[in-house]
Amino acid sequence: MAEKILMKGNEAIAISAIRNGVDGYFGYPITPQSEVMETLMKEKPWETTGMTVLQAESELSSINMVYGGASCGKKVMTSSSSPGISLMCEGISYIAGAELPCVIVDVMRGGPGLGTIQPSQSDYFQAVKGGGHGDYHCIVLAPAYAQDMYDFVDWGFELAFKYRNPVMILADGIIGQLMEKVELHPAKPRRTAEEILEAAPWATTGKPAGRARNIITSLSLDANTQEDFNRKLLAKYDAIRESEVKYSEYLTDDAEYVFVAFGCSARICEAATDILREEGIKAGLIRPITLFPFPEKEISRLAGRVKSMMSIELSLGQMVEDVRLAADGQCPVGFYGRQGGNIYTPEEIVSEFKKFNNLK
Amino acid sequence: MENQDIMKPENIVYKKPALLTDNVMHYCPGCSHGTVHKLVAEVIEEMGIQDRTIGISPVGCSVFAYNYIDIDWQEAAHGRAPALATAVKRLCPDKYVFTYQGDGDLASIGTAEIIHACSRGENIVVIFINNGIYGMTGGQMAPTTLLGMKTSTTPYGRDPKLNGFPLKITEMLAELDGTAYITRQAVHTAAAARKAKNAIRKGFEYSAKDIGLSFIEIVSTCNSGWKLSPVEANEWMVGHMFAKYPLGDIKDVLK
Amino acid sequence: MKEEIIIAGFGGQGVLSMGKILAYSAIMQDLEVTWMPSYGPEMRGGTANVCVIISDRKISSPIITKYDTAIILNQQSMDKFEEKVKPGGLLVYDPSGITRFPVRKDITICSIDAIEVAAEIGNAKVYNMAVLGAYLKMRRALRMENVVKGLEKSIPARYSDLIQKNREAIEKGMERVMITSETE
Repeated sequence: MAEKILMKGNEAIAISAIRNGVDGYFGYPITPQSEVMETLMKEKPWETTGMTVLQAESELSSINMVYGGASCGKKVMTSSSSPGISLMCEGISYIAGAELPCVIVDVMRGGPGLGTIQPSQSDYFQAVKGGGHGDYHCIVLAPAYAQDMYDFVDWGFELAFKYRNPVMILADGIIGQLMEKVELHPAKPRRTAEEILEAAPWATTGKPAGRARNIITSLSLDANTQEDFNRKLLAKYDAIRESEVKYSEYLTDDAEYVFVAFGCSARICEAATDILREEGIKAGLIRPITLFPFPEKEISRLAGRVKSMMSIELSLGQMVEDVRLAADGQCPVGFYGRQGGNIYTPEEIVSEFKKFNNLK
Repeated sequence: MENQDIMKPENIVYKKPALLTDNVMHYCPGCSHGTVHKLVAEVIEEMGIQDRTIGISPVGCSVFAYNYIDIDWQEAAHGRAPALATAVKRLCPDKYVFTYQGDGDLASIGTAEIIHACSRGENIVVIFINNGIYGMTGGQMAPTTLLGMKTSTTPYGRDPKLNGFPLKITEMLAELDGTAYITRQAVHTAAAARKAKNAIRKGFEYSAKDIGLSFIEIVSTCNSGWKLSPVEANEWMVGHMFAKYPLGDIKDVLK
Repeated sequence: MKEEIIIAGFGGQGVLSMGKILAYSAIMQDLEVTWMPSYGPEMRGGTANVCVIISDRKISSPIITKYDTAIILNQQSMDKFEEKVKPGGLLVYDPSGITRFPVRKDITICSIDAIEVAAEIGNAKVYNMAVLGAYLKMRRALRMENVVKGLEKSIPARYSDLIQKNREAIEKGMERVMITSETE
């Protein structure tokens, strides 16, 4: 039976990295995710799995260390929180442009600017719509449980290498800080040099006689070459949209009203759904687990048969734009959000839900 | 005697290093980059480490360095090459890892990265081309631009009140405990190029000894940016650049 | 079965670690748990609190406003959380440091002199375990064998004597808890 440990979401990221054969972690301290690097440093994985852990001088540096490590075909990752991710956006754009696999964890806090250290979900746009410059997408995974934090590291690397694309785990201060039961699956070893050559024949591992040199770059000054590359990226993103959408539904089978929420908000909406159901109101919930690719088809299907939908986010309203695009006018789409580290309660959501739907 | 008769292996006294590709270089005639590329290629070839060397190219004129030396390369964002090299060397400690950076890349936008790579004592080699100007973007002021020197953003000459002072970053880095070998060289004469090559080789050798970072500055010309002929540029460099940036070893922990 | 507990007091009283040991004990009993420290505007003012949810089903919202049980160790927390106990719920408090005693008539209220227990054992650090003992006696949701396992998981093995002292404090807390007011 898998071992069950009580741990914080942030600790789960660190322990998962060690147990899933990650080669390197490069980070810079920022609240509310500093436990990731602290846990790694305490665990000293360089003495066990040989994993490299390094505290960089800035987020600029840590994301570029990720670029360097990923270019060698290694499984490398970083973690940060909103202002730090803003700094990393240059590097993330380069990583997307050089088609490098890596995992970036964002434990969101409130903004803009220095903002607040309290939890928030106001970096949906940054994570899902780009953040850095150029036509690119990160694959974005939204954990809601400490167990997700553990599981998504390995899933993230699987997707990252499958598509040669950066993967962002978009968590929030609540999921990072709460402690829950985490089941540890059997540990995976780090890849051997031979396995890296097989998984990443494009990597800069040193040029042997008999193969062309491997060059990791995102530069192409020729207009047609660049456009062809952009089209290639688009084809990749379309393939990701086709194959990798993940979501969960709660009581949607007979639902007349549906909440759309991700991360911690999905859990709070689940409790709100229970309260409404007890009152005889047929509410349900769809939780996008991948934010890019977004579960457009599923939301469109639900929108075609419910009275209304409501996007609940710890922001001024970001994901709601994608919900409205998916619903495409088939039903009204409402929004409720809180900011600044204020977190809605299930009762508060019930009350806002009733206001939006003119229910008593 | 026909040319074919002269071009025999026994008559060869000089040749292009095997690791320099046949791609036509985009550098201006007279630019120091071509010479430094050749020296780096020769060192890698002579050490027999082509299959264990990873180069990191910068943003600047040498952004395309990866087109010219036949090894695996990573192209970094502006100034970030030492961060890439740090990760590569730590994750692949059996490899030889070097960055190749200009003065804008290393001494301006990338100061944090180079200082902390030096401070951590990363076992990498840094080749630093200092020509006192931004070449690729069209000749703007660099941190190493001399006082009074005209560039497209200091059209009346660099004025310390307006533009600050030239940055002697190499001397600064020598102060850091993590650096093993710090030297300043040039490639304007055959003798200077030979010395520079020895310095580059020493840097690569030191990087395998786990003693810290090796930093080789090459004071270079940018005749296009300086608006001089190649010969005049060399003379101007000797007369002006060397006064501010004197050649020679600054630090060698094994001496 | 679902039990939503708020533990609140001053920083240094072992509020967070009491919650952690409680949560670990529940895991040892194969239950689901969520341990959520005060993480929001309420953390201002030097008080520490943690919300622990124990359930036999997967836990939805970690954010709750009403509690089945409040474990209260200072006056500020009494002022804040007494009213947030669900009717029929439980309030456990340490009377030392309390100037305004709880008045609710629709909940069970009990007190534990945990300072006395800690003094008897001769280790101030076991104070929170005496409080935990009082709670465990009143709620009986967790078996003692699982609480001991929870302790062992939370305290490094090299402090085995501390595990014993904590266990002693829990047992004394169970003995000393006094019901001061029962649901009318």
